[in-house]
Amino acid sequence: MATETARNTTLRSPLGRVRGFGSAKGGTHHWWMQRVTSAALLPLTIWFALSAASLAGASYEETRAWIAHPFNAVLLLASIGLSFHHTAAGMQVIVEDYANEEWAKVAGIYAARAICWLLAIASALAVLRIAVQG
Amino acid sequence: MSIMQDSREATMIGRRTDGTTIRRPLSPHLQVYDMMQLTSALSISGRITGIIWSVGLLVLVWWLVATASGPSAHGTVSWFLSSWLGVLGLVGLTAAAWFHTLNGIRHLAWDAGYGYDIKTTYKSGQAVLIGTAAATVLTWLIAIIAWAS
Repeated sequence: MATETARNTTLRSPLGRVRGFGSAKGGTHHWWMQRVTSAALLPLTIWFALSAASLAGASYEETRAWIAHPFNAVLLLASIGLSFHHTAAGMQVIVEDYANEEWAKVAGIYAARAICWLLAIASALAVLRIAVQG
Repeated sequence: MSIMQDSREATMIGRRTDGTTIRRPLSPHLQVYDMMQLTSALSISGRITGIIWSVGLLVLVWWLVATASGPSAHGTVSWFLSSWLGVLGLVGLTAAAWFHTLNGIRHLAWDAGYGYDIKTTYKSGQAVLIGTAAATVLTWLIAIIAWAS
């Protein structure tokens, strides 16, 4: 009877329990997105590795023409977005594992994320500039 | 007791039977494991190759931004990437990227619940190593053929 009362007097709503959001505000999302981006990056990586290899020794004009081609530009933009998302997620796990101080952990995660965002925007802009200019 | 520098110290405090506190040692850590086993070596390699690939992404950013900004900047990247240091770095990056990719497939299989027994773990680990070598050679074969033509 006592345990029954204790179970029923929780301040947490049934909806809150079902959603499973504790103070972390998220459960498996970070882990799952790492897997989703890795699966998406698999074909993109094979495409880019083989394309980059076949660009060996290419001139400035040939390189620009390759990037400017709509098919390549679209896949490059997708690769950039997914790569930096995956990198930021991976860096976060590494920081979480090795930083003991809370301030260092938070600072490290956001620093990695900020760098990834800036680099992703810079590379995307570069691809778009080449694609638009031709 | 002094101010804790490491949050893990909170788990290292025990009490003697008379009630006085005692600092207990941490549980056995890295030093008790044989890190030269294929399983442990490939495990940490997955993380290391991820870091190497992150650095490699910087080269991609440099290459794209330089190609967008003009012929002279592109010339500088091309010069560096075709120098012996650049080629050495790219070969290393290719190998690291293929390892991370193939080991990632292994991890996805584990996530799906397959390949957990010791025998399969070793076999898939060896497959990743052989695959990394084969894919790296293939990538550079394409590069050399493209460069020569």
